[in-house]
Formats: sequence, structure tokens, C-alpha cells
Amino acid sequence: MPALLKREDVAGLGIGVDERRARLELRRQISRLEAELSSLFGEAFGHTEVPHRIAGGGSVPRVLDLGELEAVRDRLADRVAEARAALAGRSAVETRNRELLDEMLATPAQFKWVQISRADLGEPGCGHWHSRPVLGPIGMLMGWWRVKVSSGCPLAGRLAAVEREVPAREAGLGT
Amino acid sequence: MSGAAAERMGWVPSPQQGWVAPHIASEFPGLGIAWVEVDAKPGRSPDPVRRRLRDLSDRTYGSQAIRLRERPIPWAYRVFFRQIGLDPDRTRTPIEQLTLDRLYYGGFRSKGLPADALDIAVIETGVALRAFDADRTAGGLCIRDSAPGESLAGYPGEMEQGTLTIADEDRPLALLFGETAEGCGVGPDSRRIAIVAVQVKGVPQIAVEEALWMAASTLEAT
Repeated sequence: MPALLKREDVAGLGIGVDERRARLELRRQISRLEAELSSLFGEAFGHTEVPHRIAGGGSVPRVLDLGELEAVRDRLADRVAEARAALAGRSAVETRNRELLDEMLATPAQFKWVQISRADLGEPGCGHWHSRPVLGPIGMLMGWWRVKVSSGCPLAGRLAAVEREVPAREAGLGT
Repeated sequence: MSGAAAERMGWVPSPQQGWVAPHIASEFPGLGIAWVEVDAKPGRSPDPVRRRLRDLSDRTYGSQAIRLRERPIPWAYRVFFRQIGLDPDRTRTPIEQLTLDRLYYGGFRSKGLPADALDIAVIETGVALRAFDADRTAGGLCIRDSAPGESLAGYPGEMEQGTLTIADEDRPLALLFGETAEGCGVGPDSRRIAIVAVQVKGVPQIAVEEALWMAASTLEAT
């Protein structure tokens, strides 16, 4: 293929053009990774800490060169991997806790005083399951154990009565 | 939106489209700048504007702040910040900064006009807006990189070559998503205000127009 050997034809495929394409591709990868990291951050919030900050950002806006874009891409990829691992680890803990709760519900006496909160299961709210003796000391002596379910704080969410009261007041029906 | 379409909708003046330096545009497809000029005086925000901010405060929750970066427009600005070397967790995008301030202070604080008008539009649309004194800008606006030896008025030293700026025909007015040059921002004696929207890839044109319309109409109504 002699055309490929002609210097002027090869000059047309200058490094600058290739680098621009590479930069565009890196920017595309950065946007995809940022979307993934944002999604993982939102998913993990309130359940577990996920590393989402990228060190080394500057304060002057400019066109980054290939190496700098690669560095941003690599750091984002690292954060995404770490966030995935943190979420997977948390998910495994929640699964174990759910299995433990099932066993505790089946045989409370084998899990004396064990308490599992809704947060331990990755669920919202502040309720918990607590293995306790029936009738206090008597139950302890007799081996009568049960799992007591707490429904959590009554004021954690808006009361349904408030939801009904506000429209009624606005309609002039309230006192 | 064309000028004629804007006039049909009863909105005059229509937004003007600025230009992006060709080599910057080739690196960042979708990057754009548009602005609208409004006759307005800076000052205390009237009650309807302050009420609007309060209503917006009531509609903004912590859970929305957490999920904000997953929404298309805030995400687009975060991505662009990464691409131009800014850390969006340190140099916040306008919508994220406003949302964080809302959580920190317990509400959107009134900062007077035109800042409140811009804040309302940014909160509603997510589009990045900023304001300049239109009487102190020369000709059309653009996004370009700084030339060798160029500096930002009021800041010591020269800008690093290749710094992305918002500029008029004569000089840089501000860093892109950064400081405003001295004398270009809106001051107490400003009488004509240029509201500028920076569009990045992923931000639809209609959102930009809505943001400009919202900010301009809030200012014009006062």
C-alpha cells in the first residue's frame, strides 16, 4: 500500500487530530463514570459511606491535556470501584443480618438479648427487633424468650392527621 | 428561540447567542453561551420575590439534595466541571451550591436583586446563570481561552494561558464558573443587567431559554 508511505498523506493523520479524538473519548468515559458514581453515592447515602471525592482538582477552568484527562478518568474509576465494593460489603452485612433475624424469630432463646435494628437491615425508620424474656426475671429463669418488635419513633415522619388537617384548615373547615 | 417567536410569546428582548472559540467548541461539543439584557436596578428584593424563595425553600428537601447529582442537568454541569479540571465537590456547580446553602441556612436566603432572580431561575431549571453590568460590556459575549499575558481585572498577575473565560469583544469578564473581573459585575449603580447562561453538553436549549426567561421576567416585574 504505497499511499500509506507518502509523507504528505501521513502528515494528514497528525498527532493533534488523534489526541483530540482520544480526549473526546476520555471525556465520554468521565461522563459515564461520573453518572455511575453519582448513582452509587445516592444509593449508598444513609446506609454506608462511599468514597466519592476525587483528589487533585484545580481551581482554574481550562482544557485538560490527555494525561490530565486520563488521571481524572482513572481516579473516577478507582472511586467507582471502591464505592461498588463498599456497597457490596454493606449488602452482604444486611443479608447476614436478615438471616440472623429469621433465625432469631424462629428460636429467640438462642439469641438472648440480641437486638437488630431496621438500619442493620438497610431499611428506613428506627424500629428494631429485640430478643427478650417474657415476664422479665421469671422468663429468664424459665427460659421463656420472645422477640419484641419496636415500631420506632412515633414522630419520625409526618403524622397522617397533620396531612388531613392542613387542607381542611385551608378550606376553612378547621377551628 | 427565534426573535420572532419570542415576540409572539410576549417576551422582548429575546436571548442572544454568543460564540465559543472554535478550538474550544471542537473540544467541548454542546458548550454555549446565551444572554439577555434587562433594564433593572439592583436593590432589595420585593415581597413576591422573597415569597417565591420561601416557597422554593419549602419544596427543597435533603433527599433531593442527595439525588441532585443524578438529575440530568446538574449531572451535566458536574461532568463538565471534571472535564475542565474543576472539582465539583470543592468548586460547586451553581445549583449544588444553592441547594447546599439551602440545607445549611434552612432556606434560600434573599440576597437582593438581581441575585435572587438568578437564584430562582437556577433552582427551577438547574442551568448555570450569572450577571454582568451590560453597560460595561462591549459587544457580544463569548467563551474563549485566555491569551498569553492576559489578566482578569482586579486580580493580581496574569491568567494561566488557556484559562477558560467569559469575554466580550475587548477583555475577559470572568473565569468560566469563577471570579468576575472588577468593574464587570452588577454594582449599585448598574442600570442595565446582562443575564448570562452557560450551556454545556447535556443541557437542553429549552432549559437555557427557560432559565433566561425566568430570571429576566423576575427582574422586569420588579
